[in-house]
Amino acid sequence: MKTTMKLMATSCLTLTASMAFADGHMANEMTIVSWGGAYSASQQNAYHAPYMEKTGINIINDESSSEAVAKLRAMNEAGNVTWDLVDVEAADAIRLCDEGLAVEIDADEVLAAAPDGTSATDDFGASLISDCFIPQIVFSTTFGYRTDMVPAGTEPPKGACDVFDLAKYPGKRSLNRNPIANMEWALLCDGVAYADVYDLLETEEGQARAFAKLDTIKDQTIWWTAGAETPQLLADGEIFMGSTYNGRLFSVIAEQGQPVGMAWDWQMFDLDGWVIPSGLSDDRMARVLDYVNFATDTQRLADQAKYISYGPARASSAPLVGDHATLGIPMAPHMPTDPANAENTFYNNYTWWADYRDDLDAKFQAWLSK
Amino acid sequence: MSDKMMAADGRPLKASLNRALRRQKLRALALIAPLLLFIVITFVMPIADMLFRSVENEIVSETLPRTTIALQEWDESSATPPGEPVFAALYTDMALATEYKTHTRLGSRLNYEMTGISSLFRKSGRGVGKFDTDVYTKAFQDSNAAYADPAQWASWMADETVRGQLPMTADAYDAWAAMLISEEGDVPAEETPWDFVFTALYLEASAGATLPVDVDVSSVEPVSLMAQFEKIDEDWADPEVWRTIKIYSPRYTNGYFLNSVDLMKGADGIEERPENEQIYITLFVRTMIMSLSIMGMCVLLGYPIAWILANLPSRTANLLMILVLLPFWTSLLVRTSAWKVLLQQEGVINDILVWIGLVADDNRLQMINNQTGTIIAMTHILLPFMILPLYSVMKTIPPSYLRAAKSLGATDWTAFWRVYFPQSVPGIGAGCILVFILSIGYYITPELVGGTKGVFISNRIAYHISSSLNWGLAAALGTILLVIVMLLYWVYDKIVGIDNVKLGG
Amino acid sequence: MTTADGAFVAFDRVQKSYDGETLVVKDLNLSLPKGEFLTMLGPSGSGKTTCLMMLAGFETATHGDILLDGVSINNIPPHKRGIGMVFQNYALFPHMTVAENLSFPLEVRKFGKSEREEKIKRALDMVQMGSFAGRRPAQLSGGQQQRIALARALVFEPELVLMDEPLGALDKQLRETLQFEITNLAHQLGITTVYVTHDQTEALTMSDRVAVFDDGRIQQLAPPDELYEKPLNSFVAQFIGENNTLDGVVQEIKGDTCIVKLDSGDIIDAVPVNVSAVGERTKVSIRPERVEFKSERLQKDAHTLKAEVLEFIYMGDIFRTRLRVAGTDQFVIKTRNAPDQQRLKPGEMIEIGWLAEDCRALDA
Repeated sequence: MKTTMKLMATSCLTLTASMAFADGHMANEMTIVSWGGAYSASQQNAYHAPYMEKTGINIINDESSSEAVAKLRAMNEAGNVTWDLVDVEAADAIRLCDEGLAVEIDADEVLAAAPDGTSATDDFGASLISDCFIPQIVFSTTFGYRTDMVPAGTEPPKGACDVFDLAKYPGKRSLNRNPIANMEWALLCDGVAYADVYDLLETEEGQARAFAKLDTIKDQTIWWTAGAETPQLLADGEIFMGSTYNGRLFSVIAEQGQPVGMAWDWQMFDLDGWVIPSGLSDDRMARVLDYVNFATDTQRLADQAKYISYGPARASSAPLVGDHATLGIPMAPHMPTDPANAENTFYNNYTWWADYRDDLDAKFQAWLSK
Repeated sequence: MSDKMMAADGRPLKASLNRALRRQKLRALALIAPLLLFIVITFVMPIADMLFRSVENEIVSETLPRTTIALQEWDESSATPPGEPVFAALYTDMALATEYKTHTRLGSRLNYEMTGISSLFRKSGRGVGKFDTDVYTKAFQDSNAAYADPAQWASWMADETVRGQLPMTADAYDAWAAMLISEEGDVPAEETPWDFVFTALYLEASAGATLPVDVDVSSVEPVSLMAQFEKIDEDWADPEVWRTIKIYSPRYTNGYFLNSVDLMKGADGIEERPENEQIYITLFVRTMIMSLSIMGMCVLLGYPIAWILANLPSRTANLLMILVLLPFWTSLLVRTSAWKVLLQQEGVINDILVWIGLVADDNRLQMINNQTGTIIAMTHILLPFMILPLYSVMKTIPPSYLRAAKSLGATDWTAFWRVYFPQSVPGIGAGCILVFILSIGYYITPELVGGTKGVFISNRIAYHISSSLNWGLAAALGTILLVIVMLLYWVYDKIVGIDNVKLGG
Repeated sequence: MTTADGAFVAFDRVQKSYDGETLVVKDLNLSLPKGEFLTMLGPSGSGKTTCLMMLAGFETATHGDILLDGVSINNIPPHKRGIGMVFQNYALFPHMTVAENLSFPLEVRKFGKSEREEKIKRALDMVQMGSFAGRRPAQLSGGQQQRIALARALVFEPELVLMDEPLGALDKQLRETLQFEITNLAHQLGITTVYVTHDQTEALTMSDRVAVFDDGRIQQLAPPDELYEKPLNSFVAQFIGENNTLDGVVQEIKGDTCIVKLDSGDIIDAVPVNVSAVGERTKVSIRPERVEFKSERLQKDAHTLKAEVLEFIYMGDIFRTRLRVAGTDQFVIKTRNAPDQQRLKPGEMIEIGWLAEDCRALDA
């Protein structure tokens, strides 16, 4: 039924799209898709507002990022792409790139160079994980815990491995309802060296070992699907600790003042950025490229960190991260990339997951429903 | 007496009548045409599209046309990878697909069937331009400058004799030329053909074909394309990869449907998936059972409410009806979140139970993130769909029936059970069909409150639509769901009779 | 009126109020012997149906007792009263066949199968519907349905049967046939029947006695002829049959006649029914068929009135003539269509009169 709905939606979309946007966009408008909420606001402040002021181009925010992959495909099949720039996670960028739904770009040509002349390729470095991906921020999936629920006389949890320690930290946990990060944590906390994790996960034994580790906490775990769930569960005292995006935890702690602490150890770095949908007309493409060049500039990327605790994706922006725009607190210590937080970290291995996600996701869901 | 009745104008009466009726029918059709078109576009086409997608598999043979043909010779149960001709075909296909940027798409498609193909294709796309086959190009061009002349190539490839001699080269050249025009916007007659065209030329020359300008190729060291591909990734030597490509090379496949029921295509036909990947049957069964439970709960809760509404004076009933409909006016997410606040372990209901002393503080009830939570939240959401048809059917049952039954000596219960209830069955039927069909398609609520054991098949469909982009599998799952619903409908029709369904009056 | 001892059904000072503010039934006293066919007649809202429902047990009396065979049934639920009931809309169970409908009261009374079949057959034959046992109610005409409803109310052999406007939805001819059949059946079986209707013809033709209801009270309880010919008050006079009324003041009472001076100044003779004193206002009631206009049939010494013919209507068996008399345009006389009957013409001036005993001076 739902498929029917979706497919229906697809054709309806096609229909309305072809009616409403028969001649593409108005000349002076650009639709940028993002995640909504605080994240869109930070982009509005850091990029959109200054760009609109500079160029007079009107930027329309569309909060559809969570369904961007499917919608882009639908638009592409309908042959009418109404979006100009889409904010997606790196893993989705790879998928969109593979599907030919996003445009490959030449980083050095499109992205601004660093103020000291370092080329964009070097400045962005490892974060350029796909030819289509325009990196924006580094965020991490890490843990928050209730400071008031730490058992007396016990030191507070430090990171991912404490999740598996039910004896030391009893209570419910929350983890993402998909295999990414959880499988890595399970092996890392089972004593596997980081360098061996992905190799081991390719094997049946490695997967079985990860699931066995997860089995130890399975019935104490609430599995989330939306990033807002863990902060809510923490605020309600429903769980002792749980994983979510670090920016969400920042707002629970710094903005809402909840008794929640951060446990950074073995946080998983992840990237978020833009892709340009394929199928744009030449003038729309030129406009988007101009915006991208403006927004990925060293200072702009650093500016976003004033509004949200995610780190800029280029090296040259890091020193420019200042204080929070309204709270006035220095943002650097809240960045996942801050040295104090980054003792043990790992990167989401996108290309590996691009291969193994379908397979492991099926296994993970099968494991969950057992 | 004549055989046929004649109209006044002497034509057979039947024909006259048909003609008159046809005009009427056409006019009626013209009137409803916009509506019909709308229904076709919004209902029939998506379903047809879904059915088509669930079996459609053109991507493999479109992206790798030569390879799939060459693979027909290869025995998929063999333990060795196919031979050089298949790799030669793959070389041409891959080189072209890379330019068309379709190789990664195919990689994603095949990755659904075999883990690792996605990156294999991505890597191969990058590597295929850097093969050592440039030695062929050099050999031809060094031996005769005509081979470096784009115009010469164009004229050869327009010559039927040459094409007849060099079919493989001609095919590669045509494909290359088409690609050049569409992807690069260049004129083939001004560009030297790429390495893969020369590779085809070399292969045909070394097999003894007559070249337009004679070149001795015997001195050229042959390049093993198999080795070249293996250099990119050793998986190309894995017969499993080739088996996957071959199995999924037909234009239509039942693979998605097999996946949907935890089966797969193995080397020796259809086999079961490994146990740790089996999920869909479980989910189908769970979806059915949970939907039936939700339906049952809706009947249990909705029946008395509908009864009260139907028996109240209409002013009060209307007011209460607003309360029943109120959930429709609040966002689904808000309602579901409200249930979380109520049902979670630190939630309102548990707090009250602890406060009363019914439940120990350290033993709070688990009422959400499991099937209970899903059933509670979904029952609440779908209850109006049960109450409304029940109410409208009950409204039409005159109270005199109950009075009559009682005057005939029936107790309240007998009167209800033997007289009132049978007459409300059409409402129950309609409500049940509505609730059941809606609930098997629900996915937001199970996603939010279902935990691990309370999610439905639609959650997986949503995942494949929006996350994994495996629309073929999503379509197959959706089709199966559709078939199940239609089957249940048929069973219902057999048992209860579909005439016995009333939404009102 | 008090409850007579030995009455089969009795209402004893029964009152009923739905809202606690107004009484729908005010101080009802009524008793009927076994085997009587009693009709409750009255306009809608007069309380007759409420009385029936109280008797059936679907409504409770706010005050007073309802007795069945000498026993108060106030607290007995309807299904234990053993009263047969026929409803206006038949209330045949649509999901059951005719036989199943009839079987229902027998099943709940735990009759055996053969006994049930026998009773059902007898009941169906009784209403001449023997061949319809397998039909569903929706396959029957209205008249057939009502017969089945009747059979169902009788099949368990109740001693008391209540009928709530059972013929209201049928056309005139069918209604007349069924009226006849119902009365016959009731008398033949010796059942006590309480019949509610707002159709006075029905009430008059069917009943042993008729209770005319208005405003929550019985206005008159009498056999049909008495009701028609000797209405006790102007409501009954108006409600039963056609009636001419003239307003006036009592001028003189002498024994069983009185003289009334109409508002127009004319003087007429009447029987004082519920007037007691000279000077009292009264409505004088005369049935249209009792008015005479042929001079040879007018009584010599009686008062007569001048009348102008306004309209003459030919109605087949009778002629209906509208006159202007003593200031009213609505005075009607009815004459039989006999060969020698005179047909009055509009505009004609005539003189009318009547026997004093046909003219009843009632309450104003």
